[in-house]
Amino acid sequence: MQKIEALIEETRSNMTICNACRYCEGFCPVFPAMERRRVFTPEDLKYLANLCHNCGECYYACQYAPPHEFAVNVPQSMAKLRAESYRDYAWPGPLAKLFDRNGLLTALALAVGVTLLLLIAVGLNGGLAALVTTQHGGDFYALMPHNVIVVTFGSVSLFVLLALVMGMVRFWSESGEGVAGLGDARSWRQALKETFSLQHLHGQGEVGCTYPDAYHSQWRRRFHHFTFYGFMLSFAATVTGTIYHYVFDWQAPYDFTSLPKLLGTLGGIGLLIGPAGLLYLKLVRDQNTADVRQMGMDVAFIALLWLTGFTGLALMLLRETSAMGVMLVVHLGVVMALFITMPYGKFVHGFYRLLAVYRNALERNRSSH
Amino acid sequence: MLSSSGTRLSEADLTDHDVLVIGGGNAALCAALTAREQGASVLLLESAPHKWRGGNSIHTRNLRCMHREPTDVLSDAYLEDEFFDDVWRVTGGITNEALARHVIRASETCAEWMKDYGVRFQPSLGGTLHLGRTNAFFLGGGKALVNTYYQAAERLGVTILYEAEAESLVFDGKRFDHALVTYNGSPRKVSAKAVVIASGGFESNQAWLEEAWGEVSRNFLIRGTRFNQGKMLRALIDNGAKIIGDPTQGHAVAIDARAPKYDGGIVTRVDCVSLGIVVNRDGERFYDEGEDFWPKRYAIWGRLIAKQPGQVGYSITDAKAQGRFMPSVFPPEQADTLNELAAKLELPVDAVRKTVDDFNAAVQPGNFDHSVLDDCHTWGVTPEKTHWAQRIDEPPFYGYPLRTGITFTYLGAEVDDKARMYMDSGELSDNVFLAGEIMAGNILGQGYVAGFGMTIGTVFGRIAGKEAGSYAKD
Repeated sequence: MQKIEALIEETRSNMTICNACRYCEGFCPVFPAMERRRVFTPEDLKYLANLCHNCGECYYACQYAPPHEFAVNVPQSMAKLRAESYRDYAWPGPLAKLFDRNGLLTALALAVGVTLLLLIAVGLNGGLAALVTTQHGGDFYALMPHNVIVVTFGSVSLFVLLALVMGMVRFWSESGEGVAGLGDARSWRQALKETFSLQHLHGQGEVGCTYPDAYHSQWRRRFHHFTFYGFMLSFAATVTGTIYHYVFDWQAPYDFTSLPKLLGTLGGIGLLIGPAGLLYLKLVRDQNTADVRQMGMDVAFIALLWLTGFTGLALMLLRETSAMGVMLVVHLGVVMALFITMPYGKFVHGFYRLLAVYRNALERNRSSH
Repeated sequence: MLSSSGTRLSEADLTDHDVLVIGGGNAALCAALTAREQGASVLLLESAPHKWRGGNSIHTRNLRCMHREPTDVLSDAYLEDEFFDDVWRVTGGITNEALARHVIRASETCAEWMKDYGVRFQPSLGGTLHLGRTNAFFLGGGKALVNTYYQAAERLGVTILYEAEAESLVFDGKRFDHALVTYNGSPRKVSAKAVVIASGGFESNQAWLEEAWGEVSRNFLIRGTRFNQGKMLRALIDNGAKIIGDPTQGHAVAIDARAPKYDGGIVTRVDCVSLGIVVNRDGERFYDEGEDFWPKRYAIWGRLIAKQPGQVGYSITDAKAQGRFMPSVFPPEQADTLNELAAKLELPVDAVRKTVDDFNAAVQPGNFDHSVLDDCHTWGVTPEKTHWAQRIDEPPFYGYPLRTGITFTYLGAEVDDKARMYMDSGELSDNVFLAGEIMAGNILGQGYVAGFGMTIGTVFGRIAGKEAGSYAKD
């Protein structure tokens, strides 16, 4: 494993060459952000690494890319440093080790483990026989009391939220901008627009990015949109369900035309299409711009997202059948595994990317005054 | 989709095409694409492997375009006469005015044509704002441009062979018959109805450079591709083409002496010459460093240094110059005293000391302003520094070693406005068309104006492709 110091040095050496060339400055925000600096501190480089979307354009356009002796490879060095920065920002520190173990097998084992735990809980609650009957009439809570779900998921969610927030605090504290720096509304507007539209994967001229190979394509952006918005819709379904339950005291199950159901269905479909597409692109992609060490972390995240969508939809379709009980437990197990791995897996990239894009907007607006 | 791979190549693939394009840079690609537009089948031979494809074009970043009004990629207007004046000035009048004006007028349509093939442009790069009116910058530079063209060529069914090096040409009188090509390590005969030769100059051929420049050329660096061996230029000479230009003419600039032998490209430039002094190996100054703005003068320094002992120079500046020029990729030597700096640069300490002392004593008071031809000059030192002369007395002191960096050569063959090659007899060849560096000497007898090489390559590439295509289809 390369130490972070070595990665910093590799990235700095790339940036020194880039800063003397500057041909790529129109591709993305990384190069203008680089040009605003004369020296590159480790903190600067980690910020640039998180600003990089790994679109690959600058690698294919680089006159100094291997086999040139300068061997410039910005996407790859940024990807390696970015992964290392996730460990750096992780909270609590000792748990950062989980990044190294966060591979596909770990994620699946976790999902299975949590599922088994839930099965035991159900068993203690009313007997496993309940899982394979249809007596529940499609009511989840007949199987697993609502309060049990709330307490287990609630406490895990709170921890996950705390860990994510602490990671972001660590990321931001390296900017030297302080809390006040987070208050620029104009920069937030720009950053949110750039992030939620994945503007930096459009390629200038709306041709898409050079991913998975040297030929421009829009598919990575599209699959990412399916994934992200699928996740957000699923999340919204959970939130509206909770509001229905607590605010309006409307008890599940809800109709297919109800808001939680509609959001959940659309979200589930998004999570079936998006992660599958991203996984396919990842498998066929040009290894020259990739950090192979991240593969496990990426695939684990993709797999859990896909399984979340799949088990969620299956649960809905099988709700009136005897399979509902098992599906419910499996779905909750997968979602719980996804939650637990969030602060120590690929999930964090979204938060650091958003903050990096915001910081870039802040700097950009400041320098154009 | 990748281009056809070598092993399954049939003999017919090498003999059945309408148009053969020899070369793999900007001019060759423009020719291949335009010949396809004519409906011709096209075979393109790139001598480099895929990873090194594109010739010197991969190091470029813009082309100079005439335009009557602001466009999406160019500001204001840049009309034919002003453009031609710029060419006239840099060449000292050694140009073919009719061909130069032909290129200038045709440059007006280049950007739109390029965009049709997917080429993207961007605002002029940081530090090059003075070019925003005259030059259109490719998004990502020349390698991105070349990649876009290769992808378009693949899409349109151009057969592309890499590591296919044309060694010689066989003519039947003034008609091209076939080329002898080394491909996959074995010799192959490649014929076509017409040929476009756009294979660059000879600057990477050390033996040829020595023939022209003598042994001093061993100390030259080549800023671009190692694949410009000049084999086609030699073949044209051997087949009785009308050769023009001086083999010692071309584009040579002063670059960082620590640059690699080939492909150092843009990052090896040293932009601080006008901010300090330049001494030779003996620690002596030899030319007015402040003669004119650096962008107008950087192209003479390659020749100046070539004429110094050991073909090496040293740019010396002090703390006042820091932050006033684009950083080079190599950090300068740095020291707190001039003696220490001279020692680090392995220069005779006493000589450097004396040169700097004499220079400092000759600096006249003035108001330093690097953005104008200011009034800071020396009086009573040889050579004088006529602008931006400031005493070199504020540590730390910085030194960059400089060598001659050859960008491209101008030796070539004469063409008409349809890119057809002239034979020594004065007749036009039937089916040989030239584009790019191999014919740029028609227009640039000496000197250079930024981005004009790509303009010539694009315009003559398109003309050559069109003419070769329609010749082959008739």
